[in-house]
Amino acid sequence: MQLFPCPFCGPREESEFHYGGEAGNLRPDGGDVTAERWAGYLHMRDNPKGPTREIWVHLTCGEFFAMSRDSVNHKVSGSSVLGEAEHGA
Amino acid sequence: MTRHYSALSLFKEGLAGQKGWEKAWRSPEPKPRYDAIVIGGGGHGLATAYYLAKNHGVTNVALLEKGWIGGGNTGRNTTVVRSNYFYPESAAIYGLAHSLYKTLSKDLNYNVMFSARGILTLAHSEAAMETAARSVNAIQVNGIDCELFSVEDVRRVVPIYNFSPDARYPAYGGTWQPSGGTARHDAVAWGYARAASRLGVDIIQNCEITDFIIENGRCRGVVTSRGAIRAERTGMAVAGHSSVLAAKAGFRLPVNSYALQACVSEPVKPILDTVVISPDTGVYVSQSDKGELVIGGALDRIPSYGQRGNLPVLEGVIAGMLNMYPIFGQLKMMRQWAGIVDVVPDSSPIIGESPLPGLFLNCGWGTGGFKAIPAGGTLLAHLLATGGHHDISRPFDLDRFARGRLIDEAAGSGIAH
Repeated sequence: MQLFPCPFCGPREESEFHYGGEAGNLRPDGGDVTAERWAGYLHMRDNPKGPTREIWVHLTCGEFFAMSRDSVNHKVSGSSVLGEAEHGA
Repeated sequence: MTRHYSALSLFKEGLAGQKGWEKAWRSPEPKPRYDAIVIGGGGHGLATAYYLAKNHGVTNVALLEKGWIGGGNTGRNTTVVRSNYFYPESAAIYGLAHSLYKTLSKDLNYNVMFSARGILTLAHSEAAMETAARSVNAIQVNGIDCELFSVEDVRRVVPIYNFSPDARYPAYGGTWQPSGGTARHDAVAWGYARAASRLGVDIIQNCEITDFIIENGRCRGVVTSRGAIRAERTGMAVAGHSSVLAAKAGFRLPVNSYALQACVSEPVKPILDTVVISPDTGVYVSQSDKGELVIGGALDRIPSYGQRGNLPVLEGVIAGMLNMYPIFGQLKMMRQWAGIVDVVPDSSPIIGESPLPGLFLNCGWGTGGFKAIPAGGTLLAHLLATGGHHDISRPFDLDRFARGRLIDEAAGSGIAH
């Protein structure tokens, strides 16, 4: 069982977490968004092989956060509370 | 040299000390130019190369594989072949594959050991039985053989199931596709490779794509670890690595890569003569011809390119299996592994021209690619040879994600992802 670092609870078992998507995939704003742009937001993914930054939720505390991870060797390099980059502020 | 496989040639070679067998496929050096390139030496890529030559007479074809053929998901699946899908579009594509599987050994002159031993999908509650009845109706309307099974039927087909009153996953019945079954996965790869090679296809292993040759907005070939290779049309069938190639070609795909695990037990005497699927626990079980129990599970819930899998899902699969089949409690497990599968939001494949003209896609099969190999090959070959869609592949074009016309088999057929 791998341990993931929740920024609020510390290291916890991976089965307590749920994947929420790639970080930085911001919802399009405004009235005249094209179908392609919506499809890009809803469906298209970078799906990188190697280092990746993702949104996760720790199901036991209910908090969303960002985690940096390697998709090949599964090593976690860190996690942080969501910042402006993920909120699109 | 002995080329054709038959009982007679086996007998003759037996007398001649087995020295006359020709290599199953050639390993030529890559040429600088071909009529078509197929990337990916798994089942779908090899089938594409074979049908390009057989159906369309396009024999000046290079099949490029970064490792060895059949070393990816084709050698890592649970070998199940079925076509019991909910939507007509899916029934057409998986039905095509299923019908080609039935005669594949003869077509390829290679025994792929297709065994129509029947597939049972279990229902563990009354509500699940209602869903099963709805599925059976839809599948029958699609022209696919399928029956609703009662608990008595389950008892007849799988007597080793745990029918005790305190079973964690009681059997209420299920759906039964009598013509479903299994095929030998390595033989499918090797059979297609041998047949394609004999028709003139160059199978080039240890040849990794490092970039695409793009001129005037069109794909004109690939740069590989063994030099540049040019062709006017290129097809890719690389499953879990589709996004990696797409990034090199300058576009994105609606694909997430996940590990899908499987494992086998030590070989035992025949005890299970069908395939049993439990969508609720995510457990697949069948018995191979060697006697091993082949056990597959649900996806790992963590995006991954690591071909090994994580412990929590394996634990859940084994726990579910032991609850359903207590008799397997004494079995020793021999091997566990994972393949990287390309999961798409609607759990249906993507077949068609990519956003880069001249580059064609065959991906998105997720956890169900093996059963579709003959159809994936037929349809990608059609695209590469004609430049346009086959009627069966049209609904599966990448454009469905912008048009909103998804073919949602995750909801339709209760696929585990």
